[in-house]
Amino acid sequence: MAEVATREFVPASQAAVQDTQLRQALRRAGSGFDGTRREAIAEVTPEVWEGWREQARRIKEHTIAHLDYYLAMLEKNVTAAGGRVHFAADAQQANAIVSEIARNAGVRTVTKSKSMVSEELGLNHVLEALGIDVFETDLGEYIIQLAEETPSHLVAPALHKTRGQVAQLFAEKLGVPYSDDIEEMARVARIVLRQKFLDADMGVSGANFLVAETGSLVIITNEGNGRLCTSAPRIHVGLAGMEKVIPSLQDLAVFLRLLPRSATGQRITSYMSMVTGPRRPGDEDGPEEFHLVIVDNGRSRLLQDPALRESLYCIRCGACLNVCPVYQRIGGHAYGWVYPGPIGSIVTPGLVGVAQAKDLPNASTLCGACRDACPVQINIPRMLLHLRHQQAESSDYNQRTASDTDALLARGFASVMSSPWLLKLGRAASRAMAGPLAKDGKIGQSRLPLLSRWTRARDLPIPPARTFRDVWRDELSRGRG
Amino acid sequence: MPERSCSANLAGRFAREIELTQPQPKRASLFVTCIIDQLYPEVGVSVVRTLRRCGVEVDFPASQSCCGQPLYNSGFTQEAKRLAMRTLDVFEDADYVVVPSGSCGAMLRVFYLDLFADNPDMLPKAESLSGRVYEFTEFLAEVVGVEEAGGEESGPAQTVAYHPSCHLLREMEVRDAPLRLLESAPRVELADLPDAEQCCGFGGTFAVKYPHISEEMLADKIESILASGADTVTACDMGCLMHIRGAVSRRNLPVAVKHVAQVLDGARDGESG
Repeated sequence: MAEVATREFVPASQAAVQDTQLRQALRRAGSGFDGTRREAIAEVTPEVWEGWREQARRIKEHTIAHLDYYLAMLEKNVTAAGGRVHFAADAQQANAIVSEIARNAGVRTVTKSKSMVSEELGLNHVLEALGIDVFETDLGEYIIQLAEETPSHLVAPALHKTRGQVAQLFAEKLGVPYSDDIEEMARVARIVLRQKFLDADMGVSGANFLVAETGSLVIITNEGNGRLCTSAPRIHVGLAGMEKVIPSLQDLAVFLRLLPRSATGQRITSYMSMVTGPRRPGDEDGPEEFHLVIVDNGRSRLLQDPALRESLYCIRCGACLNVCPVYQRIGGHAYGWVYPGPIGSIVTPGLVGVAQAKDLPNASTLCGACRDACPVQINIPRMLLHLRHQQAESSDYNQRTASDTDALLARGFASVMSSPWLLKLGRAASRAMAGPLAKDGKIGQSRLPLLSRWTRARDLPIPPARTFRDVWRDELSRGRG
Repeated sequence: MPERSCSANLAGRFAREIELTQPQPKRASLFVTCIIDQLYPEVGVSVVRTLRRCGVEVDFPASQSCCGQPLYNSGFTQEAKRLAMRTLDVFEDADYVVVPSGSCGAMLRVFYLDLFADNPDMLPKAESLSGRVYEFTEFLAEVVGVEEAGGEESGPAQTVAYHPSCHLLREMEVRDAPLRLLESAPRVELADLPDAEQCCGFGGTFAVKYPHISEEMLADKIESILASGADTVTACDMGCLMHIRGAVSRRNLPVAVKHVAQVLDGARDGESG
């Protein structure tokens, strides 16, 4: 499985907010994607959009509630079309399955189209350890593969890089003259990758959707690389999380309207490929073998928890990242694993363990912009609250990660707020303490441990002599104002 | 999202019909919120004055306390329930519970339903309260039917930037009421706030747990406020405004920070009218 660095959230996000290049890249991409998304919604009208969202939501609710049924239907129909379905309980098993397919067929070169599950599995390193050359062919993925980094966004993996950084990278790694002209950089990548497409004996793709009734794998790209990966090599391996299945082609139509608009603001994607089994007799092209690896890797834990189940409705459009004020300040890498942003803050603790990723559910203001943007109406803030609740009060000690101090503070706060006497006492104490700290009627920068975290950048008011309830009792209760 | 129960809408409609035959003042129980009670009593005064000026009978049940939101948002639901039960009791008989805050209002209207979802004894109480809770401007605009909030006719004109706070906007779904009231107020000019719906970065304990992120969000909000050309920034939540005011004060910016009630009441900055 991909390395988990979720424990480093605080230092990583502290470094990220200092990174001016990152900030510049995030600003451009975030407002760009979100702007076109809003335009695309305005074009179809918000009423129509809401109708689509509700349809999509119902499809996901139904499918996830009957996941075993639809996975069985999918397996039957993939097999009937001549493909093979493999179920992998975890990353290790999934990697072993793909390795064995590659080894059995004597594979030396693999081309890949974009797959977040593959990132989750850390598949590239596993294949490389077998002496296989692996090439990412999505331009963004290719860039981060060259840079030996991980994706920082669900849709735009190299979003954290500025144009100049990519030009520098190409000059260093590919030995081409420095050029930050986008056309020129794309031309260079095209020349390099074209040869890899011809050389590859195995293509690995992700899956945006799996259609149960036809046994089809559906991928959506803007570069056409997915089509080359799935049709040119003699073996095609599709990787998908088990939540990717939908019942029918009719359902697919709903998501084909929602996904491109939510992801990039496009009305329709440039390439939509449906793969149903390997090459059939009489076909001019297509792979000789088609394998579909369906990955659990912690997803059944999310499925079992009614409060977190809806995180499996996610179609990985990235809209929640583009509107998230936190993601927009810190970028994807700070989250410490493959899935960043609001949805990552739910999925990551679910897949790697709550105790490993305790900052993620807390690093949110619960502003709710993600829920409004989500094309399947996933209530992300409510799940963040649920995860916080587990941290504070779970009966499972491994999940209860809130500190004793936090628990004590919570109990103390509730007691003070429940007792007028304690509240008065607390107020008198805080006024007494505020006195020496105050200057010009406010508390400025302080070195006291907790206080300093507020006063680094903001002044704090001092409690005035009278509370509102004092004013009410003395003046307002009698008069009419 | 639980929808607001229809009993509230029906109550509102019946109330309006009754009004046609015999005008009766609305009776509002003020849930003042801890932050106004403890730190900004002058805002509470402006709330009461504005409500009364609009013909509302205001009552302040003194046994009220915190709604429990800080605890709920930190995951401590058991402690939050202690305070929530108290709040449910205090407002059991109120016609309308008026809250000058979108976030405390959301706690009462939306999150109590989640908090007591598994408790058949308390859930009906939470549902009943949920239908009677209104944010201050929402109450004036939607229940009382105020079109012009009035206010001081004299005094200097203000250019006001309105920051729609997140829970007000996305949990209570109050979007237009504050803007309509502000627009109608004499000597108030609304400024266009860029990226208005972006969170200011307060988020309760978030502001001290992750100050480095919170401060970045706040800095952008301040930049927007300055870009709007407004001399006053306003919102319906003192939490967000305490956060914004903290930076305005630190940087000595020439911007007044006021709750919407203070703008409608014609109060000067930091004055109890």
